[in-house]
Amino acid sequence: MRVNGTFLALIGAFFGIIALIYWFTAYEDAGFLMLIGSAFLGLLPGSYYLWWSRRMRPLEGDEPDATPSSGAGVIDSFPGSSIWPFLLGMGAFFATLTFAFGLWLAPIAVALGLSAVIGGVVESRRGGTV
Amino acid sequence: MTTTIESPDLIEPEEPGGPGAHGHAEGDHEAAHEHHGPHGILNWLTSTDHKVIGKSYMITALVTFFISGVMALVIRAQLADPTSSLVNFQTYNELFTMHGSLMLYLFAGPFAFGGLANYIVPLQVGAPDMAYPRLNALSYWLYLGGASMMTLSFVVAGGAASFGWVAYAPLSNSINSPGTGTDLWLLSLGLTGFSAIFTGVNLVATIFYLRAPGMTMFRVPIFSWNMLVTGILILIAFPVLFGAVVMLFCDRHFGTHIYSVQGGGVPVLWQHLFWFFGHPEVYILALPYFGIVTDIIPVFSRKPLFGYRGMVFATLSIAALSTGVWAHHMFTTGVVLLPFFSLLSYLIAIPTGIKFFNWIGTMWGGQLSFQTPMLFSMGFLFAFLMGGVTGVLLASPPVDFMTHDTYFVVAHFHQVLIGTTVFAGFAGFYFWYPKMFGRMLSERLGKLHFWFLFIGFWVTFVPQYLVGLKGMPRRVADYLSSNGWTGLNQLSTVGAFVIGFSFLFFFANLIQSWRKPVPAGDNPWDGGALEWFTSSPPPHHNFTHLPPIRSERPTWDYNHPEHRKDESHGDKRHREHDQKKETVGANS
Amino acid sequence: MIAFTNGSPTPLPDRDRTSADTPEAPAAGRRWKRWAAGLAVAAPLVLGGCNFYPSYGASRGATTQGQDTFKLYSGMMTTGIIIGGFVGLLILFTVLRYRRRSDEMPKQFHESIPIEILYTGIPVLVVAALFLFTVITENKVDATVPLAAKITATGNPVVDVKVTAFQWGWRFDYPNDNVSVSGEVTNGPQNHGPQMVLPYGQTVQVTLVSNDVIHGFYVRDFNFSRYALPGVVNTFDLNIINPGFYPGQCTQICGLYHSEMLFSVRAVSPAQYRTWLQGEVATGHTIKRVPEPAANTPPPYDHVTTSNALAAPASKKGSL
Repeated sequence: MRVNGTFLALIGAFFGIIALIYWFTAYEDAGFLMLIGSAFLGLLPGSYYLWWSRRMRPLEGDEPDATPSSGAGVIDSFPGSSIWPFLLGMGAFFATLTFAFGLWLAPIAVALGLSAVIGGVVESRRGGTV
Repeated sequence: MTTTIESPDLIEPEEPGGPGAHGHAEGDHEAAHEHHGPHGILNWLTSTDHKVIGKSYMITALVTFFISGVMALVIRAQLADPTSSLVNFQTYNELFTMHGSLMLYLFAGPFAFGGLANYIVPLQVGAPDMAYPRLNALSYWLYLGGASMMTLSFVVAGGAASFGWVAYAPLSNSINSPGTGTDLWLLSLGLTGFSAIFTGVNLVATIFYLRAPGMTMFRVPIFSWNMLVTGILILIAFPVLFGAVVMLFCDRHFGTHIYSVQGGGVPVLWQHLFWFFGHPEVYILALPYFGIVTDIIPVFSRKPLFGYRGMVFATLSIAALSTGVWAHHMFTTGVVLLPFFSLLSYLIAIPTGIKFFNWIGTMWGGQLSFQTPMLFSMGFLFAFLMGGVTGVLLASPPVDFMTHDTYFVVAHFHQVLIGTTVFAGFAGFYFWYPKMFGRMLSERLGKLHFWFLFIGFWVTFVPQYLVGLKGMPRRVADYLSSNGWTGLNQLSTVGAFVIGFSFLFFFANLIQSWRKPVPAGDNPWDGGALEWFTSSPPPHHNFTHLPPIRSERPTWDYNHPEHRKDESHGDKRHREHDQKKETVGANS
Repeated sequence: MIAFTNGSPTPLPDRDRTSADTPEAPAAGRRWKRWAAGLAVAAPLVLGGCNFYPSYGASRGATTQGQDTFKLYSGMMTTGIIIGGFVGLLILFTVLRYRRRSDEMPKQFHESIPIEILYTGIPVLVVAALFLFTVITENKVDATVPLAAKITATGNPVVDVKVTAFQWGWRFDYPNDNVSVSGEVTNGPQNHGPQMVLPYGQTVQVTLVSNDVIHGFYVRDFNFSRYALPGVVNTFDLNIINPGFYPGQCTQICGLYHSEMLFSVRAVSPAQYRTWLQGEVATGHTIKRVPEPAANTPPPYDHVTTSNALAAPASKKGSL
């Protein structure tokens, strides 16, 4: 993960330098803040990975000589069919429509969204469909 | 239901059938092979499989592409005749606004990172699915909601938004653009923006953590590398758009004065915020398509990619620089620092040039065959070459003063956008269709599609450069016939209809492949990346077997072990180790 | 839509070229690649020296600023054609030369450090040269004389014009002479809209503002455009070289009748200009007559009449 950390940190450093150049030449606030924000977007995870990559167990994907057998075992858990993304998406959709067409849509949005969030969390904890 | 996935069956070509090789019995994979769960439409609504989501994205995106294409044909029909009143001014303004919005927000991006990347990236890195499958599904439903909201905004009272896809303040405030159509336009950007942000998160997490054993970062295929960088750009750019849109919505409805002079606001702030999003956005649109072409050309040249590390460096440079050039869209405002943005804009030409020379270097000395994916990739090269060169012209403020908001700019961005999203996009579609659906597309119809599209493309847009230099502004519904612009406009319209016609071959091709399927097999193109190792279409959770991964072409290495590339470049330890193995034709 | 008169202006004679110091392109790389790079950088210098600038469809410029811009444009286009043409021919050559001839597996090479350095380094040089020319031209185009001086270094008076853009027309105020011309065209362009009369051979300083939304002030023959932004005052200089008629249009989408926001510039001799000013005052087109409008409302306008739009030249047949 050191490679990943390096390139994220480099991106962050690049934006930081550009932000400083911009600040001292353009005197324009919005662009400066956005560039500084982008610098943090790179430096935060980048510095974390550079620090963590020395302490973590190396990923099989990072070992140049790894074989499929060395990567044997559980990879991760991947939730299968789940209705909650659809319901949450529809909740967000109705919530957005509320801003266009009026508050009467809000109860639908809240009902969909809330049930999706609760259902999704319960599904994760139980490891299966609710 | 949630499934924990164990790593796929193992294959070691040096010790076939050895005791350590097949560590898992077939039965352990029953969870991966059987399909418990809902059927029919409920299956689609609840699917978290990246392949299903990817296909859904692509179909939705293509539908918006064709709707927007029809709008373009109406625009061109109107402009062919200077005195035309095919549509009135309001409808015309809505048409070009929605044409741009649908193409850029709903087709180009979602087709690439929501559609193709969703399908292909987990396969290329050897993962069973994306890192966050339910988040992936949520991305699609948000996109579908946003897409339907924007497309259906035509039918509300007051019609759709009519201020151009960039929605400059103060034209977009409640005084100058009242109406629900504009609100729906803004709100749909919120939904599709979050859809993109979640997809960006998924892409980065998948490529960081779920690579198969042996797939180091510098063995990841360039398409997936580009998707990684695109994911990061999405995380930089889309939140800024969301913030800008929220502020505009507040100005419109909640009495704030962020963008209006009367309340002490600054209209040009919208432009800064929008273009800080907008310029990385066009690279979010371009990078995936560069990646597609970078994956296709080596396959049809039967050689490895030339300059892999250079490509990675170029992609990172383009992404980093693209975030610093936003105000080159604002040169004519008179309130931006011209040399800063001009210099950075010029600099982007350098990594783009590196990419071009690497593509040429890949083809150089190869055995090139021009099936449809390769034809479309060549179309991309020529289209993007001219579009890119005119872009360098626009990086110069004085030249921008004379061409800004004229058809010169319209021709430039259509060349680069069509070069990438249409030519490279359809190259990717023709390339990966056999993998996704297990059947081939007709070469004859594919070639007809390409040639009509290619010819129509040049006939449409070269006249637009010329008419822009003659002084024709963009976003105009009519013009004086005494200006001398009529002939060029008519030629451009003919070309546009040829482009439209070319897609009939595409539809015919799809229909034919469904009615008379020709089975594709695992690897019809003799491709190198990991997706060609598994079946077409891939099984649930993608891989039952994995090859050892020692380069960015693991499938090629497995199928052509005597023609591996020399993978010890740059690493002294490996170089000495690999001196003992055969190295093939390293030509430095 | 009614077709109307007014074609493009009469062609202008070539002005004296302004010399620009340029650095030599340092030698790098080998053989034909070096020649191509050298040609790309040297072409604008050579062509400039010969005073030969292909127009590539653009206007050669009716103002000194416009001519500087044109030269930069022409040089960049030449460079672009050379470089783009070179790369395009290279692609074409590769496609034809390396067509599949057999099943023999090609050499699996994947890098060449010297070539990679070459095609990274040469674009850097080209870009550096382009940027240098750009900065030089940009400084000339955006230079403004201090208005308070009222006369330029050569002793000519500076003409002060205030241009106000509004939905959907233009107003031209001449504060020193108490003249105001305005007009809008909202029923399809029946003519070229309100006309700004200016003297040639003198520095005209334009102050550009907007009453409502963002508009674009664009005159093709000046190779120039600038936004009219609410709350911002943009200032630029125009030094028109010859008399003529120069149509202009709004280039930034500004609402329903954006397509109809035409205007024109008429350049006349300083004597004719003074006569015109007096005539306008006599007919009552004065600034006092047109009060400062409230924000977001267009000012009361005058339809363009023949008295303040001098006769335009006969139309030139449009061509492909």
